[in-house]
Amino acid sequence: MLVVLNGEERSCREGWTLADLVAELGLAGRRIAVEINRDIIPRDKYTSYRLQPGDEIEVVHFVGGG
Amino acid sequence: MKDPFVLAGKEYQSRLIVGTGKYKDFAETRRAIEASGAEIVTVAVRRVNITDPGKENLLDYIDPKVYTILPNTAGCYTADEAVRTCRLARAAGIGNLVKLEVIGDERTLFPDIPATLEAAKTLVKEGFIVLPYIQDDPISCKKLEEIGCAAVMPLAAPIGSGLGIRNPYNLRIILEQSRVPVIVDAGVGTASDAAAALEMGCDAVLMNTAIAGAKDPILMAEAMRLGVEAGRKAFLAGRIAKKLYATASSPLEGLLSA
Repeated sequence: MLVVLNGEERSCREGWTLADLVAELGLAGRRIAVEINRDIIPRDKYTSYRLQPGDEIEVVHFVGGG
Repeated sequence: MKDPFVLAGKEYQSRLIVGTGKYKDFAETRRAIEASGAEIVTVAVRRVNITDPGKENLLDYIDPKVYTILPNTAGCYTADEAVRTCRLARAAGIGNLVKLEVIGDERTLFPDIPATLEAAKTLVKEGFIVLPYIQDDPISCKKLEEIGCAAVMPLAAPIGSGLGIRNPYNLRIILEQSRVPVIVDAGVGTASDAAAALEMGCDAVLMNTAIAGAKDPILMAEAMRLGVEAGRKAFLAGRIAKKLYATASSPLEGLLSA
C-alpha cells in the first residue's frame, strides 16, 4: 500500500501502525512530531493509528535555525 | 548582583538568546552556545530527511533539559503555516514557547504584520507562549502585547544584515510603552550593537548570524556575552547626561600658580 511520506510516495505493509513506520525509519523515541492528513498525531496514539492508503504523512524534527 | 531576566514567569541569568543555524557542524554549534552563556536557544522545524532519518540530530548536542528550546516559524509566509509549525513543535514535546515569525518578503525578510497579529491571536488562544518577531514599530508591538504575547521582539535591522540598531528612537518608544519584555531580534552585527540594545533598556537580545557568521564564532559568542553583560550593567548604572562642553575631571584647587 502506498502512502505519501514527507512529500514522497512510499510503500508500507498493510496493517502497519504509525508506530511501525516510525520504528522502521529509526526514529522511535526521537524528538519528532507527526502530522497525518494535516492532523497532528500525539505520541501516545502512534501505536493505535493504523496507516491508510494515500495517507499524507509529515514527520518533522528540529534543525538549526535563528 | 542578582538581576534575572524574567520571561513568562521563568528566571534566566543570561540576556542573550542565540540561534543554532549556519554553523559548520553540531559540535561548533554547541561550543558557540556554551561560550555565549545563553540559556534559551532557537531552533527551526523541518521535515526529517527520509533517505537518512536516523542521522544525528541537533538536540543530541543541545540538551533540552539544560537549555530552553525556542522553536521558530522561520520560512512561514502565512499565519496558517506559522500556526501549523508551532503545533508541530509543541507535539515534539519541548514545551509551549514559540518564536513567531511570519515573513512578508523574501528580500528583506521583514515581517508580515497583519499575518503576525492573526497568528499570535490563534496561538495565544491555544495556550502557546508567543514571542513574536516584529517590525520596530510601536503600534504593532502594542497590539501584540494586548493579544497576550509574552514579549515583543522588534528587529534592529533586517535578519542577518549586521546593520545594528537602525531606529533607536522607535525602540525607545517601544521600551517606554511595553509592560512585557522587549527583546531585540535580528540585525545585530557585533558586540557593541548588543551592548547598545541593553544600554537602552532592552531586556534581552536574540541573534544568530552575527555569531555563526563571524570568522571565529566561538570568540564572537564570548564577545556577545560580554557585550550584553556590559550593556545591561551600564543601563542599571545609569549613564551621565551628554553635554556639549567639557567638565574637568581633576580638581581646580591646588593648581600651581604661574
